[in-house]
Amino acid sequence: MPWTKIYGSRTEFEKALKDTPGLRGITYKEAIREATAQLLASDKSVFVIGEGVDDSGGVFGTTKGLQEEFGKERVMDSPLAENGVTGVCVGAAAAGMKPILVHMRVDFLPISLDQIVNHAAKWNYMFGGTVNVPLVIRSIIGRGWGSAAQHSQSLQAMFMNIPGLRVIMPATPYDAKGLLIAASRDGNPVIMIEHRWLYDHVGHVPEEMYEVPLGKASVRRSGKDVTIVAVSHMAHEAMQAAEALAAEGIDAEVIDLRTLKPMDSSTVIESVKKTGRLIVADTGWKECAVGAEVIAKVAEAGVSLKAPFMRVNLPEAPTPASPALEKAYYPGKDDIIEAARKTAGHGERKA
Amino acid sequence: MKEILSKYGLNTLTKKILLDLYRSMLRIRMFEEKIVELYPEQEMKCPVHLCIGQEAIAAGVCAHLFKNDYVFSNHRGHGHCLAKGAAMAPLMAEFYGKETGCSSGKGGSMHIIDAANGILGTSAIVGGGIPMGVGAALASSMRDEERVTVVFFGDGAFDEGAFYESFNFASLKKLPVVFVCENNFYATNSHQSARQSGCRISESAASFDSRGHCVDGNDVLAVYKAAQEAVGLGRKGGGPSLIEAKTYRWKGHVGPEEDWTKGCRPKEELDYWKEQCPIKRFSNLLLEKGALTTEEMEQAKSAINAELTEAVEFAKASPYPHASRLLEDVYHKAGK
Ligand SMILES: Cc1ncc(C[n+]2csc(CCOP(=O)(O)OP(=O)(O)O)c2C)c(N)n1
Ligand SMILES: [Mg+2]
Repeated sequence: MPWTKIYGSRTEFEKALKDTPGLRGITYKEAIREATAQLLASDKSVFVIGEGVDDSGGVFGTTKGLQEEFGKERVMDSPLAENGVTGVCVGAAAAGMKPILVHMRVDFLPISLDQIVNHAAKWNYMFGGTVNVPLVIRSIIGRGWGSAAQHSQSLQAMFMNIPGLRVIMPATPYDAKGLLIAASRDGNPVIMIEHRWLYDHVGHVPEEMYEVPLGKASVRRSGKDVTIVAVSHMAHEAMQAAEALAAEGIDAEVIDLRTLKPMDSSTVIESVKKTGRLIVADTGWKECAVGAEVIAKVAEAGVSLKAPFMRVNLPEAPTPASPALEKAYYPGKDDIIEAARKTAGHGERKA
Repeated sequence: MKEILSKYGLNTLTKKILLDLYRSMLRIRMFEEKIVELYPEQEMKCPVHLCIGQEAIAAGVCAHLFKNDYVFSNHRGHGHCLAKGAAMAPLMAEFYGKETGCSSGKGGSMHIIDAANGILGTSAIVGGGIPMGVGAALASSMRDEERVTVVFFGDGAFDEGAFYESFNFASLKKLPVVFVCENNFYATNSHQSARQSGCRISESAASFDSRGHCVDGNDVLAVYKAAQEAVGLGRKGGGPSLIEAKTYRWKGHVGPEEDWTKGCRPKEELDYWKEQCPIKRFSNLLLEKGALTTEEMEQAKSAINAELTEAVEFAKASPYPHASRLLEDVYHKAGK
């Protein structure tokens, strides 16, 4: 399927567009904007709120022009009151609305934790399913140019720990649109985490509304030697790593998790049964996080392995500002390649 | 000059203080303008939030502080730190991501510090520094020290719950805190009136049984006077005060450019506020009244220039931190 493909570059994508008539290509940010516009148009209970959503830049283009199109009542700027406004959205959702709340950075979510963890995540259960909270919280991972410790965090793992929440991290324009639409209709609080570096990625996106089901991973590349499970921006790094590995005779299978909670463990388990080797590449820190959870699920399934599991993560430190340290901080395709070589060195490998 | 000063209730203000206020504002302005000049070289690889146009607030408030008084600040913190006595070189080196920077290159322009001068750090989470400032004041009061803590924040931070919780606590415990809200009417591109119903920040002090001052933040003498009362009250054990100083940032929210070109704010607004330049207003007044001479001002300027040139050279010549530093300082090490 063309939309399950991750394109390495714009030229590669443009070539694909030419070769496949009838397909339409837009960027990740345009896909989010389109999904939001269609949700607003098709469902009166949807509204958008967040700091700067009405700004001329429109949150990196993802909300651009929406206020002009749908009015100030449905697309509204917010005071800098993250916890309070998150609570306002939780309350509006409990009362039947479907808010899409935008936080410019993941780093501002910790201010809202009380409303997310103690309220949004609990409401459905605490009252025996009487009142649900159909809320989407979008937020963005920053990176580069000295963003530093308070403007670049990948905090997905924190949310994965909380029953009652769903967590999604789309890596492609197709998934960004389909998952956002599915999230808004899901009826539960969904934390959607976007990576800033994905906004200009292009891919196939149908014009009509569609859903990408929550809780379903996507096999981006099939292979038989090693399974690389990746999320968000790391899915792109993993694809590039897989290309490089192919030249060395290592055939990698790349799985993009897309949804972290609930996690599609069966797709991963099936793959590792085949390859016997597993690497997990995440945008965040290592301990008690995505990699730990994927590995635990595979271990619990009793899959027999040819090599120890490996994880590619951020080093155990906050983000440094200096370009010299920033460069050393972020793992990428080379670290995935390195990990794959290591695991492939274990046990016999079919050429 | 006497007549003017007495209008402000500042009859005893010496020439030295007038010169210091002028110098302090100019030092901030020249530092920020140097960044504007150098930023296009793309060697300062971090976001910079400049305070050009707002210098009178930092200068007027910090003029009352001793070295051991605490200051907490935010993303737009260069001016606060300079006015509190921070040297230029370690700040500049920090912006260049160098090992010799005030935060060893770990923080960048949004996270500057000068603990020896009482600046315990700057948070880029809006409102994040406010409760921390109250905490520092709690510490000094528990230890019976004669310290005042000043917390600088923007009108955007007045939206945050942290402000109210902190103010209440400071008031309840009668802590020596001065909350200084730099009201430049915008949080990024969002106008105060799009975020606040009342737009009367200083009046909130009343509900915390405290004094609120609302001043022209581009009038350094007005800021100085309000801070004199607020800092004095704190030192006497009279609890916290709030100063709302109205001002305007000339540059965009982040970066060295003006933002009217992008349609963020009207050009006329900027033009109006440029007329209200705090430095121009003050120097015109001083010259007109013969309180300072052009030579004295020029002298101040060239001394600042010398410091600035040295700071830039130092920053550029300093080495980057070695990659082995990456995992250092995650935890405190005993003895450091
Ligand atoms: C909690 C939080 N929310 C949002 C942001 C993004 N942000 C950074 S600075 C800023 C504007 C702050 O405005 P104000 O407090 O008035 O300070 P100014 O920039 O005007 O000096 C915003 C929204 C942030 N850093 N932290
Ligand atoms: Mg402001």
